[in-house]
Amino acid sequence: MVLASEITPTVELIGITKAYPGVVANSDIHLTLLPGEVHSLLGENGAGKSTLIGILSGMVQPDAGEIRINGKTVRIHSPRDALERGIGTVYQHSLLVPTLTVLDNLLLGVDQGWKLGREMAMARLHELATLLDVEIDPSSIVGDLALGQRQQVEIVRALWRGEGVLILDEPTSMLTPQGAEKLVQVVRRLVSKGLAVVFITHKLSEALDLGDRVTVLRRGKIVGEVTPDELHNKSRLQVTDEVLKMIFGEKSDASQGTSATQLSDTAGETFRVDHVSVKGDGPHPVLDEVSFALKRGEILGIAGIDGNGQKELAEVLAGQRRVDNGEIILEDLSIQHLSIAARQAKGLRYVTDDRHGEGMVGPLSIALNVVLKRVGEAPFWRWSFVRHGAIREFARKLINDHDVRTPHEEVAISTLSGGNMQKVILARELALAPQVVVYNKPTYGLDARTTAIVLARIADQARAGVTTVFISTELSEIVAICHRVAVMYRGQLSEPISVRPGIELQLGALMTGSTAV
Amino acid sequence: MSAPHDGTTVALAEHKSQTESRLERVSRSMTNALIPVVGAFIIGGLLLAVLGRNPFAFYGNVIDHGLIGSLGRQETLIRMAPLLLIAAGLMIAFPAGIWNLGTDGQYVMGGVIVAALGPELAPHVSGFVLFTILFIAGFVVAAIWSLIPAILKAWYGINEIISTLMLTFIGLRFSAFLVKEYFYDRETTVPQTRVLAVADRLPRMFSSRVHIGLIVGLVAVIAVHFVMRNTAFGLRLRIVGMNPKAAIHAGMNMKVLTLAIFTLSAGFAGLAAAVNISGVDGVVRAEWNPAVGLLVVPLVFLARFHAASVIVFIAAFAVFKVGGESASRKADIPNFMVLFMVGLLLIFMALGEYMQLRSSRKHQS
Repeated sequence: MVLASEITPTVELIGITKAYPGVVANSDIHLTLLPGEVHSLLGENGAGKSTLIGILSGMVQPDAGEIRINGKTVRIHSPRDALERGIGTVYQHSLLVPTLTVLDNLLLGVDQGWKLGREMAMARLHELATLLDVEIDPSSIVGDLALGQRQQVEIVRALWRGEGVLILDEPTSMLTPQGAEKLVQVVRRLVSKGLAVVFITHKLSEALDLGDRVTVLRRGKIVGEVTPDELHNKSRLQVTDEVLKMIFGEKSDASQGTSATQLSDTAGETFRVDHVSVKGDGPHPVLDEVSFALKRGEILGIAGIDGNGQKELAEVLAGQRRVDNGEIILEDLSIQHLSIAARQAKGLRYVTDDRHGEGMVGPLSIALNVVLKRVGEAPFWRWSFVRHGAIREFARKLINDHDVRTPHEEVAISTLSGGNMQKVILARELALAPQVVVYNKPTYGLDARTTAIVLARIADQARAGVTTVFISTELSEIVAICHRVAVMYRGQLSEPISVRPGIELQLGALMTGSTAV
Repeated sequence: MSAPHDGTTVALAEHKSQTESRLERVSRSMTNALIPVVGAFIIGGLLLAVLGRNPFAFYGNVIDHGLIGSLGRQETLIRMAPLLLIAAGLMIAFPAGIWNLGTDGQYVMGGVIVAALGPELAPHVSGFVLFTILFIAGFVVAAIWSLIPAILKAWYGINEIISTLMLTFIGLRFSAFLVKEYFYDRETTVPQTRVLAVADRLPRMFSSRVHIGLIVGLVAVIAVHFVMRNTAFGLRLRIVGMNPKAAIHAGMNMKVLTLAIFTLSAGFAGLAAAVNISGVDGVVRAEWNPAVGLLVVPLVFLARFHAASVIVFIAAFAVFKVGGESASRKADIPNFMVLFMVGLLLIFMALGEYMQLRSSRKHQS
């Protein structure tokens, strides 16, 4: 243990608790940020990291607990207040205006735009660039800068009002390896000047490489810490193993009873994806030689941290995104060149995760939304003329079967709650007799009971012979219903492995890009 | 600029509709439409008063010459025909989220070909066959002309607001070139096409000057209204307008739909020209630019794409245009007064929309 008491911590969080309706996002969090230390924060989606950053940066007010800055108890009223106190955050998504120059971006939100203000800003920019040991041209347009340089400007912006704590939220997610290396140098230099840095990441190896101290959050609680001493003295393998156990839990907590049934050995291969690649905008492909083959009635889970290519894979399978290379085969037929509608006609369905954006037409009624993918088809249209009676009757049946909470089927779907919208979308896809269904995070935003019902339905359909690709960030769901599981990491899909109890640790290692287990 | 079928407004409108009776709905939409009209009249009247004219006398003259007088009433009905057909085209494009602002160019392109073709065909075919050929020609030529912005939009995602507006200028120059270079009548001194003989023009009704183009226009508006609301095709177009991503997700063929929206919408503008030329004008002069299409745009929005309202507003507009021309002459003010009133109408419409949105937001919270 380091003798932390000798140094005044830059920031101390004591017993911080924050609850939202139905979920405790942060529960009795104790966190100490020391000057000259990089503190890595790890945890799954929804572990409470974002809330914690929100509290530190003044966006979220805690329900209970105390915040001390340099030993003094304070309240952080607003993001501006946090900046004034020297706590700056660099978010995953850029806050810079791409069409403005660097200097104009830095002056945004600062009250003065006068000549004097600009001169002072130039001086401040120079000062911070020297601190970071980077070169920043104040007159270049932000949109023209490389992502790494943009991030340096973000860091300058975060430290503009004072250098105390720098919070980096997933800072390497969009960087090239070279950009990431430069970031590491900048962070090292900042801590050598006495700043405290909070480093939030999904990637275990980065957290261990860069962090002097590692804290792991799970379900709103701190479940473990790796001290600087432990980081130094233990072997990398040992630390990795321990941290993975902290992130994903010691034992499988997922035996929810819906466990997948045995596949019959005689089931034939029905759906195959063969070396499918999709180029991205950046240097890395979005999908890199993805391959898998499924038997009839099989459920393949695709695990992974959001943004590793799962959405792109789903869109490629559905036909919403073009394949640059490779083949998709449904029942011995190459379908990668078929349109979305042609694939739907062959029994391939896609349940999107973007329910507002593409899954529904908000102003239209629930009734019309349940037939959205069957416009013009019998029995809902005859000779192209709409038959409202048939549509409403069908909608009423689905609303009843799937327990959608709504006054009636003519209500605009946008007035429903998120969970009920998702029920409508699932009802729409499950009502057809599909061959293959691709689910992208189908239980997102649903409560526990509805989640269980949805999982049971997916498993039931599989038993009836529907082949399923089940994309989820929730390992427990994958373990509950899938026969096999593969992990997406940076556009690559791992070899599918059979689901067995206690597989979470192995998956966790794959999800974080760590090869050790 | 957002899509014309604004999601929030529609959502609120459709949401409200569940708790309202049909009568309440109709009266509410009439009030919503009338307030901007009354507002425009009041401000227009103030301007007239400032100019030293009697606003009551002016408006009285408008009604008198546009509606009450027999000649004026006939002229109003004649003017309505092309306006109704242009409106029918816009009632397809706007709910589908396509801003076809190039109806003026489409109108002129269709009109030039019809004007050139009419006198050539008239000696060989007559009556119903002649008009059918001319109507189809006007429709098809305008539709082909609209393929330029349609393809730019469907394949390259190029904003049709700019491309359709700009193509109007090109269409005007191009049609002038066609008249001067190929279609001109050698027996006249001004560059213009040959004249379609009065005997070969559209049949007239009720022993008046009003030709059957009015019927064509009314039928088109009602048919479009019905198709957009009651057929699978109409629903597809509305889905494209409300949420294009959902349309793609549902497997709709966006390229084909986009081409259909453009060509149908432009086709009606071309048909409008065909009706007007074979019914009234009988000839196209070089540099001809009636510029009626853009004036129909606010009317179609004000009517919220509803056939009955579209017909009422176009009738009112035609009364005002016809009556306003003679009222302006009488009051010795420029004819631009009518355009000025249309501008005021637009501003009040936008204000009305804003107020409605604000009150319904307050209602929700």
